[in-house]
Amino acid sequence: MGVAKYIKNEKDEVEDVILQSGVRVKPLYTNKDLEEIGFDPDKDLALPGEYPYTRGIHPLGYRSREWTTRQYTGFGTPKETNERFKLMISHGQTGLNVAFDLPTQMGLDSDDPLAEGEVGRVGMAVDSLRDFEVAFQGIPLDRIGVGLTINAVASIVLAMFQAMAENYGFKKDRVSATPQNDILKEMIGRGAWIFPTRPAVRLIGDTIEYSMKELPRTNPVSVCGYHIRESGCSPVQEIAYAFQIANTYIEEVLKRGHQIDDFIRGFTFNLNVFGNLWEQVAKFRAARKLWAVNLKERYGAKDHRSLLLRGLFGGGGYGMTKAQPENNIIRGAYYALAAALGGAQTTALCSFDEAYTIPTPRAALLSLRTFQILMEEIGLRDTVDPLAGSYFIETLTKQMEEKIIEEMKRVDQMGGMIKAVETGYVQKEVARQAYEFEKGIQKGELIKVGVNKYTEGEEMDVDLHEYRLGSAEEQVQRLREVKRERDNRKVSQLLKDLEGAARAEKNVMPYLLECCKAYATVGEMTEVFKAVYGEFKEPSIF
Amino acid sequence: MEKKIRVLVAKPGLDGHDRGAKVVAQALRDAGMEVIYTGLHQTIDQITNTAIQEGVDVIGLSVMSGAHLPICEKLMKEMKKKRIDDIMVVIGGVIPKRDIPRLQEMGIQGIFPGGTSFDESIQWIKKNVKQRV
Repeated sequence: MGVAKYIKNEKDEVEDVILQSGVRVKPLYTNKDLEEIGFDPDKDLALPGEYPYTRGIHPLGYRSREWTTRQYTGFGTPKETNERFKLMISHGQTGLNVAFDLPTQMGLDSDDPLAEGEVGRVGMAVDSLRDFEVAFQGIPLDRIGVGLTINAVASIVLAMFQAMAENYGFKKDRVSATPQNDILKEMIGRGAWIFPTRPAVRLIGDTIEYSMKELPRTNPVSVCGYHIRESGCSPVQEIAYAFQIANTYIEEVLKRGHQIDDFIRGFTFNLNVFGNLWEQVAKFRAARKLWAVNLKERYGAKDHRSLLLRGLFGGGGYGMTKAQPENNIIRGAYYALAAALGGAQTTALCSFDEAYTIPTPRAALLSLRTFQILMEEIGLRDTVDPLAGSYFIETLTKQMEEKIIEEMKRVDQMGGMIKAVETGYVQKEVARQAYEFEKGIQKGELIKVGVNKYTEGEEMDVDLHEYRLGSAEEQVQRLREVKRERDNRKVSQLLKDLEGAARAEKNVMPYLLECCKAYATVGEMTEVFKAVYGEFKEPSIF
Repeated sequence: MEKKIRVLVAKPGLDGHDRGAKVVAQALRDAGMEVIYTGLHQTIDQITNTAIQEGVDVIGLSVMSGAHLPICEKLMKEMKKKRIDDIMVVIGGVIPKRDIPRLQEMGIQGIFPGGTSFDESIQWIKKNVKQRV
């Protein structure tokens, strides 16, 4: 498993197809295949909105409500980001997903020497509440949900978001934020980690626990199979690892004495869409069923709303190429189709300039148009789970299900996801597959149009987003201003209180909220956590 | 017996995307080189110290965030300071064409943007490396 196989003979007939997940695809499927695999429409499918939710979490799917579109957005200063938010919304985008720069993601202020060259480069620079006030100026937070792609310092950023919303007069039980807040996937495939595994997971527990009461419309985690797939794992591993990561966070909250039904509805998922269309669709259907089963049987969830897998299916970054970038527009359309056939609640696409840098307005808007055309013109809103009953898709869905269960068992045998990550098992496995995949591309065994086949033609010119050096200077100026104008004695005291709470293993969120309101900086709050928790040591995998 | 070429594959700065670095590390090792991978979030100080400790012939940077110019400038300065500017430096990742001349001016010798084949980078290193005794 790990690398797809497409064997063609000299006559260009496709002789063998093995999906990356390891399933062999036959030239023809009939009702015999359904019999052979033991397909039971009542047990395996039921109706959309009914256990086990294979067909969807809502009886009417997109008939009742379109999906939410939220392109990953953010760069430079909060003001520049605010303008881009408004541009996207004015073009029909229905949600936000904030991109933060690397210093912010790593808990560093814009004036930190380690931040040099990175301020505002891959996302918006955020140092204090002042930046959030600028970033969200004029955004109707009671109507627009906001994804916050932040992980190691998600607790800090969520508290800052609440402080900002309240400053703008929004009630905390009306705003809907979704901090990504998934540290284990960082350690596997995204790399924006700071603290060691156990304290980091405890912080996640704090945000979930806090949100239960204080931020009921907030989704405190978005568990990501996405980045693990970007790093090289197969679609079935993507689901298996995401579910095991989610289970780790569930158990962190359960051990504090809470009931599963009281918090699980705040969990969302972020899953990938590139690659074989059928494999992705079957993956999403199998995932929905297995999530429901996981919660019912492993955790005894009673409320049917607890069993619903709500997800952002999208992105597709690894599918995008540097060569012939306009091809990526086409890829995006197919990936969006996979997401819609898979029943995503929310979606986003990597834009056609993905392999170069963060998107220009034109590229980002094209992604939006991709979704709008799909939903308005192509018929994706017409009926729920249109591929249900297909001999091929139902067989494939069951096969994916079996493989996902196998992979989940492997993690269980290792003692759970934290152990799997601390020993480097998952990282090794992912790196190995990434290598095999790359060898396949370079040998021409896996075809990538424009890269190793159909490479003829002029190299296309692409207008690129330019990093504006001035944004870093402006950001540092504002940071200095904030530090001058705030009550520094108060900040000092509140940071001490935060440290006390962290050391006593109290829920840090109320303390973070006070710090944020007093304009403590991301860097200052992170320093407190670093002093208490230490830093993650990457396991050596070579 | 020919001494193996020793390569330090390094992830400088804050960028956490390490798929490429790990893939290249495996390829270089399969090509018979000795590879040390630094892991993420390395400062220039850490990279240069490791290069000295490990007695490497090549420092290979992997940068995906677009910060390659400031990073390389800092690295070359530090290597000069530590008197190891005779170690070959190569870079891969998200490197726009228009930055290649500037990188070469700084003293970065091998530039392998995304899409470069293993073969190309391996042959280039084997041909151009000056192994340290």
